[in-house]
Amino acid sequence: MKLLKLVPDNTNIDFMRWRNFALLLSLAATIASLVLIGVRGLNLGIDFVGGQQVRVSFAQPVTIEQLRARVATLGVGDATIQEFGGGKGYVIRLPRPDGPDAAANAVVTKVRAFLPTAFPGAVVSAGESVSGKVSQELAKDGALAILFAMIGIAAYIWIRFEWQFGVGALVTLFHDVAMTLGFFSLTQLPVDLNVVAAVLTIVGYSLNDTVVIFDRIRENLRKFRKMAIVPLLNQSLNETLSRTIVTSLSILLALAALLLLGPDVIFGLTIAIFLGIFIGTYSSIYISAPMLVLLGVQPDSFLRVEDKDQPQEQPA
Amino acid sequence: MLDFPRWKVWSIWLVVAACILLGVPSLISGTSLADRYPAWLPQYKVNLGLDLAGGSHLLLEADARDAQKQRLQTMEDAVATELRRDPRIEIGDVSTAEGRVAFMVRDPAQVDAAVGRLRRMTQPVGITGTRDWDVEVMDLTRIVMTPTASGSEQALKNAMGVARDVVRRRIDPGGTKEITVITQGGNRILVQVPGVEDPEALKTLIGQTARLEFKLVDQSANPEDVQQGRAPPGGQVLPMADGSGFIAVKRRVMVSGEQLIDAKQGYDQDGRAVVDITFNTAGARRFGRVTQDNVNKPFAIILDDKVLSAPNINEPILGGRAQVSGNFTVQSANDLAVSLASGKLPVKLNVIEERTVSAELGADSIRKGGIASVAATLAVMLFILITYGRFGVYANIALVVNALMILGIMALFYATLTLPGIAGFVLTIGAAVDANVLINERIREELRRGRRTLDALETGYKEASTAIFDANITNTIAAALMMYFGSGPIRGFAVVLLIGIITSVFTAVNFTRMLVAFWVRRARPKQLNI
Repeated sequence: MKLLKLVPDNTNIDFMRWRNFALLLSLAATIASLVLIGVRGLNLGIDFVGGQQVRVSFAQPVTIEQLRARVATLGVGDATIQEFGGGKGYVIRLPRPDGPDAAANAVVTKVRAFLPTAFPGAVVSAGESVSGKVSQELAKDGALAILFAMIGIAAYIWIRFEWQFGVGALVTLFHDVAMTLGFFSLTQLPVDLNVVAAVLTIVGYSLNDTVVIFDRIRENLRKFRKMAIVPLLNQSLNETLSRTIVTSLSILLALAALLLLGPDVIFGLTIAIFLGIFIGTYSSIYISAPMLVLLGVQPDSFLRVEDKDQPQEQPA
Repeated sequence: MLDFPRWKVWSIWLVVAACILLGVPSLISGTSLADRYPAWLPQYKVNLGLDLAGGSHLLLEADARDAQKQRLQTMEDAVATELRRDPRIEIGDVSTAEGRVAFMVRDPAQVDAAVGRLRRMTQPVGITGTRDWDVEVMDLTRIVMTPTASGSEQALKNAMGVARDVVRRRIDPGGTKEITVITQGGNRILVQVPGVEDPEALKTLIGQTARLEFKLVDQSANPEDVQQGRAPPGGQVLPMADGSGFIAVKRRVMVSGEQLIDAKQGYDQDGRAVVDITFNTAGARRFGRVTQDNVNKPFAIILDDKVLSAPNINEPILGGRAQVSGNFTVQSANDLAVSLASGKLPVKLNVIEERTVSAELGADSIRKGGIASVAATLAVMLFILITYGRFGVYANIALVVNALMILGIMALFYATLTLPGIAGFVLTIGAAVDANVLINERIREELRRGRRTLDALETGYKEASTAIFDANITNTIAAALMMYFGSGPIRGFAVVLLIGIITSVFTAVNFTRMLVAFWVRRARPKQLNI
């Protein structure tokens, strides 16, 4: 049986040739992302700003304008309406009214009761109401979780490898998180609790890739002590390239099935991770590795102290 | 590599078999196969989250102001009761303004005795010697009782415990439903009720404090003062529940809801819905005595500081039964009966988060999630098969075993599968092959370097293991933080990821290695097609 080889044997791609260009490009993209987030902002869902959300499906297609006009008559504030399922399903989001929490719940009740009377056959399939207090806590917890995950993983890499690797990992993660959030700012897809889970997953999986490459760099640093750092990085990247491609592809295949066939409620979560796999694969090759050159990793970084006096092994 | 001791083989098969056995009931649940599944096998099943099963999720928070108010009122009643006992100490009006209980002692000589009796009523908090109330004398005859901070904290903690039980009894009087009612973080209660799609009924039940009191109407009060909210001495002004104005009542409580043993919805002689209540012995005796002394005077039935009705006492009510009337519908009378029978909430609860998912949407998510999971698994398996051939087959067997193991372990620990959890499952399917990819790529590499078959296999498994370990630690850190910081659905996602990481390392490393070893021992391959 002839096996599929996406990456030919013994590739010798000079990845590091474009390393400064790639670093600059990534830096520009990261800054652009941050500016975008700052200017355009994120479309924060009710999980993080409070409010109510009702999910409704209609028997007959209804236009967004019709729906908006009818909801406006209720006098419950400015509705944000998002469509799913070809004009038959909508998510209606309403701002949190001022005053006590009890008033907020009353709005959902009102909308729930109103929709089936205004549009016969309408079914409210989900309703959510989050108070300002809870949403603040959720936002705080989400931000803390992402921050701790980045620091925790970078610290682990530092302990297992060297400080340069830890810093490289942290920079990579910062890039990945900024790019993912930049995507959400650009598309204005709603950012809910699921997106926090997605970002954490990206943090985990992006570093998964990076660690495999770092592991190979460490191994080669120990093996080829006279080799210059740039060719050594190139060799390590080439050796792990096939694995990077196969693993990323199998994750993307699985996620594609979920994107195409899965429930639309978790579309945000899935699209974020799907995108994150691309960003993570790119960043582990073009940010993590070049950062090591920038931070001056030397072959003797991994020698035990007593080894340093011993005569060095020749490159194989 | 080939060296696989018999005990190791057996333990691997045992772990695999046990997990699959635990996973199967969840997999076939809801299909016709479920009926034919032997009853003597383990029946552990994965718990479905509300976003999949449908139902309501409510997060309730104690109203701190109401908690303090109720505490002051309880102390007010306790003070009045205590000082009225022999030897009686005459006191003036009790005030609960400014967050403390204050009153005058009429005879200055009795102040010390009063303070002594009140101090005995207070409770120590913890082991520091602090008590739950400070008792002080001001201006020689005024006694002021202030709740201490640690006392309030302790009281809130106790109140939350009681509130949790009351909420449970109200939602599920029969105690038969699979509902979750737990306290969270000191002042919150989480309520999850599967199957309830309209949370309004729940909120009506939980929203009522249901503090029921019977007080005599103060007929001496000047009606104009009452409508302006000015209370006569020894009395208080309360609003009517139907909004028809105000009424003055005596401060002293005749009987309260705490003294009733049963409440049921019923009808009065005109066919209107009422709540029939039954007092306990002490309550019945007291109610009988007060009604006897006040025949032909009106009394007020007060629910949560609103007067439901103020009927006339036509004759002494001695049997310990009474009827609460007040413009009820059958439903609202029934709700009140349930609330009264379950006891009053020691603190008012506000809904601060509410999420409801219908059973249809949940079922739709399960169906689509299931289809996506199967499609994802098949796509990944096909890809791995054409990439690694025979070694792909081993990785695929490991993948299927892995999927069943995740279900099995989740079922064993009663873990909850949520909709993001399904996404986590699909992601794990894609990522679980990573360990095998690492191993197989390494074997390819070692073969290219000219190692012989056995040597390449050996080195491949050995050298890949550090990368597998380090790479999975990063995912474990991310998943563990999601568990810690995440709420409901995210935690469901993290649980699946965490379990998936552990099982995938086991199936990809130990399990496939065993399969490869069996094949190598049997076939003695000279060359590897990988």
